[in-house]
Amino acid sequence: MAGEVVIRARELTKRYGANVAVDHIDLEVSAGEIVGILGPNGSGKTTTILMLLGLTEPTSGHAEVAGFDPLREPLEVKRRVGYLPDQVGFYDGLSARDNLAYTGRLAGLPRHEIDQRFAAAMDRVGLGDVGRDRVRTFSQGMRQRLGLAEVLMKRPSVAILDEPTTALDPHSTQEFLAMIRGLKADGTAVLLSSHHLDQVQSVCDRVALFNRGRIALSGSVTELAGRVLGGGHVIDVEARGPGVADRLAAVPGVVRVQPLGPQQDSQRYRVDCQRDLRAEIARELAPVVELTGIRFAAPSLTEVYNRYFEDARDAAQ
Amino acid sequence: MPRSRRPGESPGGRRRGSPWTGLGVVVAKETADHLSGARMVVIEALVFLVALVLAWFSTTTIRESIGQSPFLFLRLLTISPDPIPFSFIGMVGLVTPIIAIALGFDAINAEFNQRTLSRILAQPIYRDAFLFGKFLARLLSLSIALVSLWLLVLGLGFIRLGLPPSFEELMRMLGFLVATIAYGGVWLALALLFSVLFRAPATAALAALGLWLLFALFWTVMITPLVAQLIAGPPEGIFGPSLAYINTEQILERISPNTLYSETALALLQPQTRALGPVFVSQLRGALLGAPLPVSQSFILIWPQLTGLIASTIGIFVIAYVAFQRQEIRA
Repeated sequence: MAGEVVIRARELTKRYGANVAVDHIDLEVSAGEIVGILGPNGSGKTTTILMLLGLTEPTSGHAEVAGFDPLREPLEVKRRVGYLPDQVGFYDGLSARDNLAYTGRLAGLPRHEIDQRFAAAMDRVGLGDVGRDRVRTFSQGMRQRLGLAEVLMKRPSVAILDEPTTALDPHSTQEFLAMIRGLKADGTAVLLSSHHLDQVQSVCDRVALFNRGRIALSGSVTELAGRVLGGGHVIDVEARGPGVADRLAAVPGVVRVQPLGPQQDSQRYRVDCQRDLRAEIARELAPVVELTGIRFAAPSLTEVYNRYFEDARDAAQ
Repeated sequence: MPRSRRPGESPGGRRRGSPWTGLGVVVAKETADHLSGARMVVIEALVFLVALVLAWFSTTTIRESIGQSPFLFLRLLTISPDPIPFSFIGMVGLVTPIIAIALGFDAINAEFNQRTLSRILAQPIYRDAFLFGKFLARLLSLSIALVSLWLLVLGLGFIRLGLPPSFEELMRMLGFLVATIAYGGVWLALALLFSVLFRAPATAALAALGLWLLFALFWTVMITPLVAQLIAGPPEGIFGPSLAYINTEQILERISPNTLYSETALALLQPQTRALGPVFVSQLRGALLGAPLPVSQSFILIWPQLTGLIASTIGIFVIAYVAFQRQEIRA
């Protein structure tokens, strides 16, 4: 059901000896929502995924996935969760159908149901005509699609996708992202782990930024931009004339002005502000300089990410 | 109605759901893979070829000396016919560990290397069932190969000798078949353990083969006499052979599955075998030397060896199970 919370983690912690891999994280994901989990390698993303799947035991804390405890009821959780691991592997000597029939049987699907779901899932991921081929003949991109077909076959409440587009070319990536949006349309909650921030931004409703085992930031990209960049709204300004940067900085609500270089015979500026200040900026600039362009620009997740870790590094020093 | 651990409650407690969920699926898939796989076909072809040649020459030798023993079918398994330098049981004792190691050395590490493990374990199956299913499937494949071999030799003997085996012979041969499967189980469990411990299949195979070579070539010839001497003193005392040395050496020898298996085969297939250890003259009083034991007595004689083989299999599998449970599944 849309809006129902299907992943809930409270104070979830995983320690390996003295090393804390995941440190008291709280996370909620609702049905039909795509949440991106980001962070550098070793920040705790995969360990969190493994705990949610019941593949590793939390040291403390509590998780609930599709209404079940992954620690005590992993079979129930796994029946409801589709998982596409990073660089998914298949039995190369078996056909795509035999590979997926095996996991279908493990998931408890009857034979006729497996055949039906396999055909539908393979069509959906664009592999409808290679179902009988051995997986050893598949490219990495086809394997990723096959992995997604396996997730689709399960008709899961939750899909956990770990770096699903790593090996894909740009065109396949776009198709793959469209398939992920399709999962959302089906009402599936999607947890997407990726280092491709532009892709995460293009499909995710919310993101959780992991750092040293903690969720450092969580929210929509606009909310994160507000917290990290100091604004949350970005306005792209093109103007010709003296003192543009100073005039922009003087507008109440502007947090930061960054010159981006010349744009034909104008100068381009990026303005971070706390709200949409296009009208105020136009009023400020119009009497004294020639305003050649002003448009709203979405804040970039890449910028949020880079700025957050720059600030974190500076703070550590 | 989903039942969940309450927030704040500490982790732990019992898992819900049968640990055997998915076991049958794993066994069916793995068995099918093995029986149709090139590796198994090549091994079986070689073994069957050698068995056929052995059975042919053995039956020829037996036909030339048909009145020498009432146990013709047992002789079929135990004689070394010219020009072949080993018997059928020698051949089976040699190839069974090799087949078992070939079946088991990449059971788990190949799943890591193919990056299939996390995908499979993300399905509703416990690790328990996955590992046990892999072991059972391999044991089943090995058993199918050994039973086929057994039937092949039995059938060829039947055709070439023109006689059916007696009930007692059949029971002894069945006992031998069970002991061979148990012996294969020990090596299979060891190969499975190494496949859990070593990520490189080649390392796992080498470790298992190295252990097999140790037990097959060096254990009884070099290692046990040395260690027995260190523990119990010299083999010869003032009044003759030292009983303490003999007992210690025998205990050490029986650590080797090869010893347990060869003693089992000896007692079952040579019915006149009355004991598998040192025998005092007083114990032989009244015995009809050279007379065969009833089959039930032979089974009593090999019972410790057979249970030793089965217990070793279970013990090694448990070690593999614990090691596998403790591993982090990230691939």
